[in-house]
Amino acid sequence: MSQQGYVAAPPYSQSQPGIGGFGPPNSSVHYGHYGDPNSSYSAPQPGVSKSAVPFGSPAPVGPPPPGAQQLSQSSFQNGSGTPGQQFQGPPPPSNTGPSYPPYSLQSQAAFPNAAPASSAAQLADQLNSMQINSYGNGVCPGAAPSSPGHPAAFQGPRLLPPAQQQMGLPPAPQLPPAPQLPPPPANSVNGLCAQPALPPMARQGGMPAPVPPNPNLQHLPGQPPGPGYHPQQANYGPQMAASQLSYPGAFPGGPAQLSGPPQKKLDPDSIPSPIQVIENDKAAKGGQVYATNTRGQVPPLVTTNCVIQDQGHASPRYIRCTTYCFPVSSDMAKQARIPLAAVIQPFAAVPPNETPLYLVNHGESGPIRCNRCKAYMCPFMQFIEGGRRYQCAFCTCINDVPPFFFQHLDHMGRRIDHYERPELSLGSYEYVATLDYCRDKKPPNPPAFIFMIDVSYRNIKSGLVKLICDELKTLLDKLPREEQEESSAIRVGFVAYNKVLHFFNVKSSLAQPQMMVVTDVAEVFVPLLDGFLVDFEESRSVVNNLLDQIPELFADTNESETIFAPVIQAGMEALKAAERAGKLFIFHSSLPTAEAPGKLKNRDDKKLLNTDKEKTLFQPQGNYEALAKDCVANGCCVNLFLFPNQYMDVASMGLVTMYTGGTLYKYNNFQINTDSPQFLSDLRKDIQKKMGFDATMRVRTSTGFRATDFFGAIYMNNTTDVEMAAVDCDKAVTVEFKHDDKLNEDTGALIQCAVLYTSMSGQRRIRIHNIGLNCSSQLADIYRTCETDALINFFAKSAFKAILSQPLKTVRDILMNQTAHMLACYKKNCASPAAVSQLILPDTMKVLPVYMNCLLKSSVLAGRPEIPTDERAFHRQLVMAMGVADTQLFFYPLLLPIHSLDLKSDAVPAAIRCSEERLSEGGAFLLANGLSMFLWLGASVSPELIQGLFNVPSFAHISTETTSLPDLDNPFSKKLKHILEQIQSHKPHTMKLMIVKQREQPEMLFRQFLVEDKSIYGGASYVDFLVCIHKEISQLLS
Amino acid sequence: MATYLEFIQQNEERDGVRFSWNVWPSSRLEATRMVVPLACLLTPLKERLDLPPVQYEPVLCSRPTCKAVLNPLCQVDYRAKLWACNFCFQRNQFPPAYAGISEVNQPAELMPQFSTIEYIVQRGPQTPLVFLYIVDTCLEEEDLQALKESLQMSLSLLPPDALVGLITFGRMVQVHELSCEGISKSYVFRGTKDLTAKQIQDMLGLSRPAVPMQQGRPLQTPEQPVISSRFLQPVHKIDMNLTDLLGELQRDPWPVTQGKRPLRSTGVALSIAVGLLEGTFPNTGARIMLFTGGPPTQGPGMVVGDELKTPIRSWHDIEKDNARFMKKATKHYETLANRSATNGHCIDIYACALDQTGLLEMKCCANLTGGHMVMGDSFNTSLFKQTFQRVFSKGYNGEFRMAFGAHLDVKTSRELKIAGAIGPCISLNAKGPCVSENELGVGGTSQWKICSLDPSTTLAIYFEVVNQHNAPIPQGGRGAVQFVTQYQHSSTQRRIRVTTIARNWADAQTQLQHIEAAFDQEAAAVLMARLGVYRAESEEGPDVLRWLDRQLIRLCQKFGQYNKDDPNSFRLSESFSLYPQFIFHLRRSPFLQVFNNSPDESSYYRHHFARQDLTQSLIMIQPILYAYSFHGPPEPVLLDSSSILPDRILLMDTFFQIVIYLGETIAQWQKAGYQDMPEYENFKHLLQAPLDDAQEILQTRFPMPRYVHTEHGGSQARFLLSKVNPSQTHNNLYAWGQESGAPILTDDVSLQVFMDHLKKLAVSSAS
Repeated sequence: MSQQGYVAAPPYSQSQPGIGGFGPPNSSVHYGHYGDPNSSYSAPQPGVSKSAVPFGSPAPVGPPPPGAQQLSQSSFQNGSGTPGQQFQGPPPPSNTGPSYPPYSLQSQAAFPNAAPASSAAQLADQLNSMQINSYGNGVCPGAAPSSPGHPAAFQGPRLLPPAQQQMGLPPAPQLPPAPQLPPPPANSVNGLCAQPALPPMARQGGMPAPVPPNPNLQHLPGQPPGPGYHPQQANYGPQMAASQLSYPGAFPGGPAQLSGPPQKKLDPDSIPSPIQVIENDKAAKGGQVYATNTRGQVPPLVTTNCVIQDQGHASPRYIRCTTYCFPVSSDMAKQARIPLAAVIQPFAAVPPNETPLYLVNHGESGPIRCNRCKAYMCPFMQFIEGGRRYQCAFCTCINDVPPFFFQHLDHMGRRIDHYERPELSLGSYEYVATLDYCRDKKPPNPPAFIFMIDVSYRNIKSGLVKLICDELKTLLDKLPREEQEESSAIRVGFVAYNKVLHFFNVKSSLAQPQMMVVTDVAEVFVPLLDGFLVDFEESRSVVNNLLDQIPELFADTNESETIFAPVIQAGMEALKAAERAGKLFIFHSSLPTAEAPGKLKNRDDKKLLNTDKEKTLFQPQGNYEALAKDCVANGCCVNLFLFPNQYMDVASMGLVTMYTGGTLYKYNNFQINTDSPQFLSDLRKDIQKKMGFDATMRVRTSTGFRATDFFGAIYMNNTTDVEMAAVDCDKAVTVEFKHDDKLNEDTGALIQCAVLYTSMSGQRRIRIHNIGLNCSSQLADIYRTCETDALINFFAKSAFKAILSQPLKTVRDILMNQTAHMLACYKKNCASPAAVSQLILPDTMKVLPVYMNCLLKSSVLAGRPEIPTDERAFHRQLVMAMGVADTQLFFYPLLLPIHSLDLKSDAVPAAIRCSEERLSEGGAFLLANGLSMFLWLGASVSPELIQGLFNVPSFAHISTETTSLPDLDNPFSKKLKHILEQIQSHKPHTMKLMIVKQREQPEMLFRQFLVEDKSIYGGASYVDFLVCIHKEISQLLS
Repeated sequence: MATYLEFIQQNEERDGVRFSWNVWPSSRLEATRMVVPLACLLTPLKERLDLPPVQYEPVLCSRPTCKAVLNPLCQVDYRAKLWACNFCFQRNQFPPAYAGISEVNQPAELMPQFSTIEYIVQRGPQTPLVFLYIVDTCLEEEDLQALKESLQMSLSLLPPDALVGLITFGRMVQVHELSCEGISKSYVFRGTKDLTAKQIQDMLGLSRPAVPMQQGRPLQTPEQPVISSRFLQPVHKIDMNLTDLLGELQRDPWPVTQGKRPLRSTGVALSIAVGLLEGTFPNTGARIMLFTGGPPTQGPGMVVGDELKTPIRSWHDIEKDNARFMKKATKHYETLANRSATNGHCIDIYACALDQTGLLEMKCCANLTGGHMVMGDSFNTSLFKQTFQRVFSKGYNGEFRMAFGAHLDVKTSRELKIAGAIGPCISLNAKGPCVSENELGVGGTSQWKICSLDPSTTLAIYFEVVNQHNAPIPQGGRGAVQFVTQYQHSSTQRRIRVTTIARNWADAQTQLQHIEAAFDQEAAAVLMARLGVYRAESEEGPDVLRWLDRQLIRLCQKFGQYNKDDPNSFRLSESFSLYPQFIFHLRRSPFLQVFNNSPDESSYYRHHFARQDLTQSLIMIQPILYAYSFHGPPEPVLLDSSSILPDRILLMDTFFQIVIYLGETIAQWQKAGYQDMPEYENFKHLLQAPLDDAQEILQTRFPMPRYVHTEHGGSQARFLLSKVNPSQTHNNLYAWGQESGAPILTDDVSLQVFMDHLKKLAVSSAS
């Protein structure tokens, strides 16, 4: 059922874009219907549990399934690839087969009519009923899914998604609802149901026709809302059974499982699809206002675009949790083995239509804090005694309200000024810090950026130095500043280095810049104070003069050796001497082999792979740790731009960057003509990023649990203070929590994250994010509020941290194990009894297996000699700092069909699953994972398309050398450009576009990103992995 | 004795040599009884208008241990074309070029009037002079400005092809690269870290050519100038550039907090300069010129911490062993000085500050390398400006009055040995048969290196008579000494100046009156003073005074005529008559007395004392006092308090100071403005006369003296009062009557008391 719910949802969402005008009304209707969306949400959740069963899956599936199923399974796979099918009706392409098309048509027709009013109502009813009915298991799947499945299709689905907590593997979903058991069958059944939904999405998305949206609907439509319901149920049973029968073979087929008979391969469309999940959520919540007024409320997925309104809890842009309901006791937590973690992105960018953080200024008295635990005033604090005192929500200590802050309470016990004070009503806000919060009790100076350019032979010859210098001339006008400021307060300084350091005095009073060479690299120091860090506005002419001269100054250099640690040291010392925090921009292109501290040697050794010593490849050489520590202590963030053409020991060189909250950029075999756009774009973005400097983060929790582990681009000097030399909008810290004690279900679990930092204008501030989570003694509650994207973020970071100390195999095993445990625990405790062979997935973790598989076969954990060590170290480092949205995209790339763009709409087309099967010879697909981007062109892609995109007559004329598309004046090209921009926006790294032609060598690279397939490096395919995990679960449960 | 005075003067003018004894006692024993050692003051480059250099190589004695230069004292066999070395008696063939010589056709070096002769030799590559400026930037704005102007001005004074370099320092040390166009470039060093020469050269990128340089040096490798050119450039090429660079020099930008001294890395700056030259121009003439405005406060060579509340060491601290940094700093600078001297580079120190600047620790840099030491209150004074300008003054023939990298080789006839030298030199450790085991000054060698010298640079060279008493020297025998000075002329030519002198031997027992008559008391006073100062540098002050006193008493005992135990009978011959007075003033001089002088001042005074020629040295020991009055023309008067009269204007020249003192009445007249009244024009002239004379001295002396214009009762009158013989003090004022002079408030003994004591002790049979 869940799947159905699934199914239902997507159609809906799809219909929105597809149908155009249609969407909006729907949504509004929804909204209206719910009245207060929040409340409505919360309601469904609990209800979810069982009720679903009845209608759920069966309904849609109904009659068609059986037949379809089988067809689909066998023919399906074959068919999918074949062009023939495509010819046939638009919808069917894949599996759905013939039966669907009609549906779709109908649905379309039906939709408009039925949808709005009635459906909504129904849904509501259903939901209610669900709640009431909820079965012990807490397996809700049925409820939600079913509803969507039904007529509800339209709206139902939307609502449902939230409601549905659980998702089954093909079989599972349905199972829960119906004890009906045999997963396999269910599977198949679902598969069918689902398939229609999924395939349509994928396939049809690919298709030129507008169909896609509809297909989803198809199911729904098929069954008239009301009526279809019961019948379906009836059908259900049998179907399931049937499916079971057929299934076993198919499913287990993979590995050792039960019977391995007939079909070895599980139908890919029958297993949970990330795309489906994403689209469902989009359909349900996309474009809406999401208000954070409820504790423990599960936010929309990261892939869903909506407007977030802070009503007392931090926006999910700032904090996402692996689960929004914590188990009450550590025993329970151990049982479930769901990591309790929050991914905090304290400086996350908010879209312009959301309110920026309010700044609270209490003047000299500073922020109001609990006397005992030092938590900051926040909406969780309880005012008592007429407002004269307040009880800290974190440690329960009772504090006096400072006189200047006193305010009377209203009849609800709430302060009268509740809505006037951000710190009383909002989840996130900022305090102006007093001198007590400053280094040496002195107000901080505005931060500085120091540009440190490697001017060794290679960089001069490649033209990189000139490129950087030219770019800086314009870029320095765009230094970040506070909204209200006219110009940026940030100072700039310049250093050129090879084997020695060249500092530049660019004081505004000079006619010419002056160069000062520091050759004592063993003990580097800053040769000047005055004139090194300057205001660009004031020193513009000198700086520009300098930037003109740098390439010439070193034009005839033949120095090829470089230093590295002394460069960082120098930058740090400069900032220290100037008593500023700041950021170094280091542009470096070779392994630092010159005789100096931090000298590195090539230690890349493929022989270490898959041995216990593999971890040493990720550990830094030399004394970079101490350097990093110094940098952090002095508020010096290091941004590193690497231009390697061979091994550069990223693990060592990037270490300081990582610990200081910097960003690492790497451009392999940098070619000025092809790679400079990417590099320049990264540089521009990075310089303009909003960020905080010299930051310390503290995560406080209410009693009963506490933050125990932190992952991210951070440095920890002790166990509680997270130190970050700088933190920008893209950096996220993942915090793991453990129980100390029992939690209280009434008060919930409260988290307050406070970041003390220096703003870009040099103001000391404290940024506070508060979030409240629920607590429950019911495992089902936990599972229902999990967020897979956050889980993956946590797993990725913890695994990537663990590889420093443990063999990769152990790390992979742990991941597998924990995944199996979590799912097994669910099956055992939350799902209705089912056969051992049945794989049951909680709705919120439907896509955990596929994501987990992606993580396991990511280059970092794969350990294959084909993958350069540097690349792995690079990815490891990037992931450690990523937020949820970035990890989601990184591990499960976005694959868009672009041959069938809807030119009339602004929207990005629906994605398809990352599998080769989803590609078609006649199509063109765009793939992006946040680091790289591919435009894959099928061998028989239409000449018009080629002409439109590349302005060349045929496939053969397309150059794969290019990294950008020509600017052409045709709607198709413009649209694609627009899509590229949208994908690129808000991504920390600029993706270099690679053109890949089907059946040409570079395709191998591209295929690595088709993460649902078996990897050329040996990673399991999604299906295989499912089978494997299922086996693990079965073993655990047996 | 007029003959001897003439003889002495003539010798000095011709050879630049003055011996303490001009007739030598013929045995070791007698020589030691003479008290004043046989020694001479040698001015190697004494300006000689009448000495045209010859353009060929000197002819050397072929004995490897001798190598004396052919000189007028050699016996020549014109027929056999042989000559006998007058030092080792080796018979040598004349070289082929001398084939045509005969009694009537003698080469210059055989003519008696060429006892001093100068050769110009073409040997080795001609390398340009190098001037490396080290500039302290921790100065007050006006000071720095003045210094910058002086430096800019100096560029026009340098020889156009000279190489010039610039190092600035404050908290950091910057070595400026002068070759680059456009952007100015400098290498920066941490001021706290001592670096080896190798490190410095590596860091300046000078080490790469090290290999070719060593191999290629003889081949005159062309790369060599290229390498160094980054930091050392010909003046004519970059004077504009450097002028701008100097103009842009900023004060050290590092903040100096209240109560702190600026951080000054003098030690490292100097070390880098030495290392730079060592790597690029070893063994060529080079001047490192250090301009500093305060004490080194960090790094190696620091003299005082940066806390202002801790004052810089005083003599008191040093006595109490309370000068924390002194030993280490001194060692640092000594090492540098030795390295620099080894490479033939000299170090000048121009220290201008109101407080001490660490000259005590740094003195060896100038002392060992022949560099100048200049001490002033501020760079913005004419004292510094003119002194600095005078460094580049030119002599009578339009040549710079500076020479570099001199080797002084002293050869003696076998009755003599060399005990040592005192002056701006270092030992070259050339052992040989003529080197005495008893060292006086820098001994144990017959060769010294003088990295920089000018026409007035004077060394004291001490000898030991080794002839045994029982091996009498034949009547009429003469002892000979040859001084061979090889040096780089300011025109970069290599030159050799050879001075050969001879003196008669005399048996002290039979011919004491000859010896006595040939005593040069002025030279003896200076030579003894140098010994005393040399000892004072290494020993406690009182010990030196005691030693000096004992020597004086012994001398008086030896040469005085008296009846035992009858002080009144004591008489000294004319040739000794002034000697006790010189010693009296020497005892009071700042060279031996540290009271009232800072350690820096003492070092400064001693530095100059150890290098000036006899005349200047005597002025230093006993300042000259002239009186101007209406009673007659200006006249020299006794350096005595009795000379201070109300109606006199006194002009005192102590070498370091020129003091003009208006007597009480004169001062009152001046206050009343009589000089402005036409009818008192003579008074105006009287006032003007000493000023004009002072100007004359100021114009010529290096370093320029401090000019003090004061009057009776003026605070600066102390300069005069501290120098004059306190014949009238508050103790004896009334006893001596008030007829004349001004009482000095001091407990110092007067010359009369001193002499009384001396007589008493000299005639005492007890000693």
